[in-house]
Amino acid sequence: MKIMVAIKRVIDYAVKIRVKPDKSGVETNNVKMSMNPFCEIALEEALRIKESGLASEVIAVSMGPTQVVDTIRTGLAMGADRAIHVDYPGTLYPLSVAKILKALVEIEKPGLIFLGKQAIDDDCNQTGQMIAGLLKWPQGTFASKVVLDKEKQTAVVDREVDGGLETLCLDLPAVITADLRLNQPRYATLPNIMKAKSKVIKKLTPEDLKVEIKSDIEVVKVTEPPKRKAGVLVSSVDELIDKLKNEARVV
Amino acid sequence: MLICQFVLWRKVLKLVLISCQGMCLSPVHWMNFSHSGNRKMLISVKISLTLSYPSNKKNLKAPIHVPVTSDKFLLLTKNHALPLPSPFNNKGNYVISLSELVRWLGVKAEELGVEIYPGFAASEVLYDVDDKVIGVATNDMGVAKDGTRKDNFQPGVELKGKVTLLAEGCRGSLSENVISKYNLRDKGQGQHQTYALGIKEVWEVSGDKHYPGLVLHTLGWPLDHKTYGGSFLYHMKDRQVAIGFVVALNYQNPFLNPYEEFQKFKHHPAIRNLLERGTVLQYGARTLNEGGYQSIPYPVFPGGAIIGCSAGFLNVPKIKGTHTAMKSGMVAAETAFGVLHEGFSMEAYWEKLINSWIWRELHAARNFRPAFEYGLIPGLVLSALEHYVMKGRSPWTLKHGKPDHEATKEARLCPRIEYPKPDGVLSFDVPTSLYRSNTNHDHDQPAHLRLRDPQIPELVNLPIYDGPESRYCPAHVYEYMPDEKGQLKLQINAQNCLHCKACDIKDPKQNIQWTVPEGGGGPGYSIM
Repeated sequence: MKIMVAIKRVIDYAVKIRVKPDKSGVETNNVKMSMNPFCEIALEEALRIKESGLASEVIAVSMGPTQVVDTIRTGLAMGADRAIHVDYPGTLYPLSVAKILKALVEIEKPGLIFLGKQAIDDDCNQTGQMIAGLLKWPQGTFASKVVLDKEKQTAVVDREVDGGLETLCLDLPAVITADLRLNQPRYATLPNIMKAKSKVIKKLTPEDLKVEIKSDIEVVKVTEPPKRKAGVLVSSVDELIDKLKNEARVV
Repeated sequence: MLICQFVLWRKVLKLVLISCQGMCLSPVHWMNFSHSGNRKMLISVKISLTLSYPSNKKNLKAPIHVPVTSDKFLLLTKNHALPLPSPFNNKGNYVISLSELVRWLGVKAEELGVEIYPGFAASEVLYDVDDKVIGVATNDMGVAKDGTRKDNFQPGVELKGKVTLLAEGCRGSLSENVISKYNLRDKGQGQHQTYALGIKEVWEVSGDKHYPGLVLHTLGWPLDHKTYGGSFLYHMKDRQVAIGFVVALNYQNPFLNPYEEFQKFKHHPAIRNLLERGTVLQYGARTLNEGGYQSIPYPVFPGGAIIGCSAGFLNVPKIKGTHTAMKSGMVAAETAFGVLHEGFSMEAYWEKLINSWIWRELHAARNFRPAFEYGLIPGLVLSALEHYVMKGRSPWTLKHGKPDHEATKEARLCPRIEYPKPDGVLSFDVPTSLYRSNTNHDHDQPAHLRLRDPQIPELVNLPIYDGPESRYCPAHVYEYMPDEKGQLKLQINAQNCLHCKACDIKDPKQNIQWTVPEGGGGPGYSIM
């Protein structure tokens, strides 16, 4: 069984971001980029499944401009067997990503698709769900534990939901999105990084896959959240009530 | 520091470069070099770049765009600024971001076939049975704070090479070990190295106050006459201004706080106007060499050499070191090529160095910094003498004073310095600034700042010097906190570390040892 893992190149989580002066988006020029942390967790889980003998191959997939290849190389260095880069210079919203993934799935025919639950730049939390819908495959999102059964061709997934944990049994092929506590991703070791340089990255375009990229969404403006005002010390309960009633208007 | 881009020589050398400081990791194009570069933005690197790419410098599209348009020099007092004739001649130089330039150089290096591996820290020098250096080893990754192995433990890797060049920047952790092992200071120019701590912010200012190419240096306030240091202010492109403050680490008063001096400096009437209504984009700090000619160690050791600021080629009166660092790298590269292909000895590196313009330049600049041992005014007078009269041809060579860590006086002999609270507009507290440095280390790892004797902080540093490390560290790594019995104990917040090496240099008993953290951790400079 093949496992396909979708990974995204995003601004590194430790970087202090700022909005571009023209408010059209977040400044990405001269900013450190890395693999989305949830995608790392997804890839790690796929690698563990392969290492336990339940899968034959892990394919890393990423979409975007040329620089995305750096993130793909990291994925290869972690242990993915091969990779696909779908070259597209513009912004790709979740539905477009899901459509491209669907086209790739029809070519590669994996038994499992792993994604991060969401990207830390847009926090959409949509791609996994959308690809499951397009393929009409079962989905186990926010996975904190995944156990495969090769005999029964099922995956038992513990999901982190608001009320606690929910356990689902999915028939394969299925879509699983990774949450934080699924695993601790491995480091890409130096020898593996060296080896990854010679691993194959197949390059495709949306045209090759016969997917038309059109977006129904347009980002109009991005602004910083309003600055937090300093707290105010009140001297008595009466003053507090007065402020809550007349200033904050919450009472 | 990376063993660097200096080997961009047309005869392609296959070199494997790894980061000797826990630096930012993949993608592979991402290299942040927090070495002397955080100050050395005003560069004459064009000379060195031209030498490495003689035929096509114009086509290179290097991120070198803003030529210097003016050179100002001010002597500050609390409320006034006295313009002085600028001792600098930066005409023909450029104002750049060294982070940007180095990222660009990295791309060029990889195109030539150089392999670069950021995100791995070289923690150990490897020796063979004859005590010759045969390479370096990276540290283990995935080690928990208590020393046990985590689930994602990966052992370090040995990287062996016929020639090992160390380019860790000022006070490199491996370079210092090698210098002391082979006694390279005595074999070199003989004097100890002296240092300064540079703290820097990159601001975005309003368009009407931005003059690309404007270069300003100041001396004087807020430092006293016994403390050497000053500021730099360079207008870059995109309304960005680099502003920084440098304090020589041989300061005497243990209550001195270089970070707070910088914050104070920004309130000066001559400076504050520029910064009002601006925003700080990035913050960082790094020590730099001030020893110059007198402090250069013999840089060759069996199996390799030390290049760049790890040896110490910074020209103090010019306040530039990137050009000499690059040249030293190029000279080392030529020598290494000869060693690998033509049977030369690495000793030829020293010969080439002393016959190069680095030597002539540093020789002419050698008496400026030591002149300030006598105080600010005598220093200025002697410097003027050197610059205008002797023009670097003095028959004497002044010596440095005490090593920086020995220069600190006891706290009881010095006046306390009270610093004003930050106003959040021009000046900031350390946590706010630290956030802007993008510094990050995995929290669950052993502290990379080691105490040779864990009792010294409470037995010596605190009672005698009032814990100077809690003041000079620009990242608040060192804090004295009361324990359950109410006794003050040193707490090391290694996660905050900016890798500046000030503690390794200034600790009075040389008890603090900076070692590399787990690879990939450290500040995230991108426009510094």
